[in-house]
Amino acid sequence: MSAVENDAAAALGQFALALAGGDIEVVDLTHTLDPDFPVIILPPEFGQCARFRIEEISAYDHRGPGWKWNNFTCCEHTGTHFDAPVHWVSGRDLPNNSVDTIPPEKFIGPVCVIDCSEGSKSNDDFELTPDIIEAWEAEHGLIPADSWVLMRTDWSKRSGAAYLNMREDGQHSPGPTPAAVRMLVNDRHVRGFGTETIGTDSGQAEHYTPPLPAHYYLHGAGRYGLQCLKNLDLLPPTGAMLICAPLKIKQGTGSPLRVLALVQKDASIV
Amino acid sequence: MTTPIVPPPKKNPQKRTRVPTRPSHFRSRAALGLAAAAAEGRFMLQTCAECGTVQYPPRDACTKCLSTDLPWKDIAATGKIIAGTTVHTSTNVYFRERMPWRIGTIRLDAGVSVMCHVHGDVQTGDNAKLINRLDKSGQAVLLAVPAGGAPNMEDDPQMRELTCDPKFRRVLIADARAPNALALAKAFAAAQASIIFMGEPEGWRPYPARKEIAKVKGVEILPLDVTDTASVLELVGEIGGKTDILVNNARYVRPGGIIGRTDVNLAKDEMEVNYFGLMRLAQGFGPGMRARGADGQNSATAWVNILSAHAWSNMPDYGAFSASNAAALSLSQCLRAELSAGGVRVMNVFTGPTEDEWHQPLPPPKVAPEAIARAVIAGLKDGLEDVFVGDVAKDLIERWRAGPKILEREMIESLGQSS
Repeated sequence: MSAVENDAAAALGQFALALAGGDIEVVDLTHTLDPDFPVIILPPEFGQCARFRIEEISAYDHRGPGWKWNNFTCCEHTGTHFDAPVHWVSGRDLPNNSVDTIPPEKFIGPVCVIDCSEGSKSNDDFELTPDIIEAWEAEHGLIPADSWVLMRTDWSKRSGAAYLNMREDGQHSPGPTPAAVRMLVNDRHVRGFGTETIGTDSGQAEHYTPPLPAHYYLHGAGRYGLQCLKNLDLLPPTGAMLICAPLKIKQGTGSPLRVLALVQKDASIV
Repeated sequence: MTTPIVPPPKKNPQKRTRVPTRPSHFRSRAALGLAAAAAEGRFMLQTCAECGTVQYPPRDACTKCLSTDLPWKDIAATGKIIAGTTVHTSTNVYFRERMPWRIGTIRLDAGVSVMCHVHGDVQTGDNAKLINRLDKSGQAVLLAVPAGGAPNMEDDPQMRELTCDPKFRRVLIADARAPNALALAKAFAAAQASIIFMGEPEGWRPYPARKEIAKVKGVEILPLDVTDTASVLELVGEIGGKTDILVNNARYVRPGGIIGRTDVNLAKDEMEVNYFGLMRLAQGFGPGMRARGADGQNSATAWVNILSAHAWSNMPDYGAFSASNAAALSLSQCLRAELSAGGVRVMNVFTGPTEDEWHQPLPPPKVAPEAIARAVIAGLKDGLEDVFVGDVAKDLIERWRAGPKILEREMIESLGQSS
């Protein structure tokens, strides 16, 4: 066994011990798949995102006396979900652009959390800008290449109508500006970007140029998206490890998934 | 004058809910023509095509000329009561539970004498009007009512058995987001329904009528999504035992047929709401309503579906929507059979294109929400099974009855004409 192999084996062993001993904690960043959880609303003449639905097959009854199971239906983009590059027109021709062809190592990686909760509290349309990213980096260091960046807004603490926050002129929720996404994608080379809101883009992002910049730039560059996350307030700004493996759907454009973060015990308090 | 009914007292929880019983439901095939007429509240009799004789009771041949060509025709329903009596006992359980019961004979202006049920405000010698209605077994019965009407006549116990009057009953309107929801809520409030439960899907999405709906007297807005089985069952658990009238106004309309759509997603959504929605509601609320068909003054009484008239014959410009409504129409017939044991009526209100965003480019006439609401209330007060609201629906069903294949041909020619 080489020295590198030895190191890897030791790291895995230490990891298992730390996990079992509680020094590494697992934080669930996932909302429950609930029929009443809001989904993205597009103009009615467009195709719509299917809601999550459950139909019971049997429940220890005449339909199956000893067992209970359900059929469920939903969209690839229902609930806490992953966006693959093929989701967007800008990423349609990239190689390995669907959930079944993305290399699996991309589903585990380091994560940076930019706290925008204060601004989002008073401004439903709060924007993540390059200035905010630079200010964060001044405190926590440069965003490492190939890491995930999550925008914390505490939006996940809302529910129902306040979560969707739809008005006559559309949805209002925080998100990144086009310049911020360009910076993350082109300069910081992030692996992906995630939010607590219904999309990686803000509620009013249709009115940016380009429209929906997070979708457009991230997926155009083969990067990934995560949305409808929760518990981002339990993560440290840096140092956590994100686990986000989507279902292996043939040519899937995304998938509901369980998103977990591994954090050092009490790291978020420090 | 009929003594008006008063709001029923709270139910005694120690008393067993009365099991619904039914009057005799055996009729000859010839007599079923009367039930078909009663389903629409029409008074019709066999009228000989050869000699013009109007006859009652219905038979297989003309009593005068033996012709078997006996079309049913609308007949003037006026006449004079020539005999009457009050029955105080019966071997039939249904009538035993409802004694005394007034019956009599009316001599119709059309020249036939008819044995009939008699309203409390009608005496022997009076001029009266004969109405043809469905009883709790779904069969036609004839009731003589005051010719010029009378105060509170709808509260007569014999008459109330034949109708589904919303007065003091509790109503569930399935979809508060539907364009006709506000009009329905207001109409039921005006008809003195005691509680108007409004099912609200996706409370996380705002909709303009909510504020107005919430203001209507007696309205309670509760979560309900007919596409979500769990949501239906949850509401059944809460109000299934006090839903006396259910109005299934949930519907999903999109223009388009088959080839232009390229996928089945919209068709699935149409089926999820228009067909499976009806089935989910029926599986949830049906058993309780059927069991409560004789539960006192505010017994479960009616199930209302609002369907497209194009359930009868496909309108290709809304071809997939029409198909989902054809499925719902068929399912409603099954529901009618299954609810009949409880004496609970299934009333289908058929409408042509409605005044809403999905029919916006269509030329008039279109049916306004208020017209649908009026038709629902009037239909319940008459205890109907089939209601056709608006010129398009009325015209369509006439053409369908005259010749479904000819109508199909005409509907094929209509493709592309509706915008």
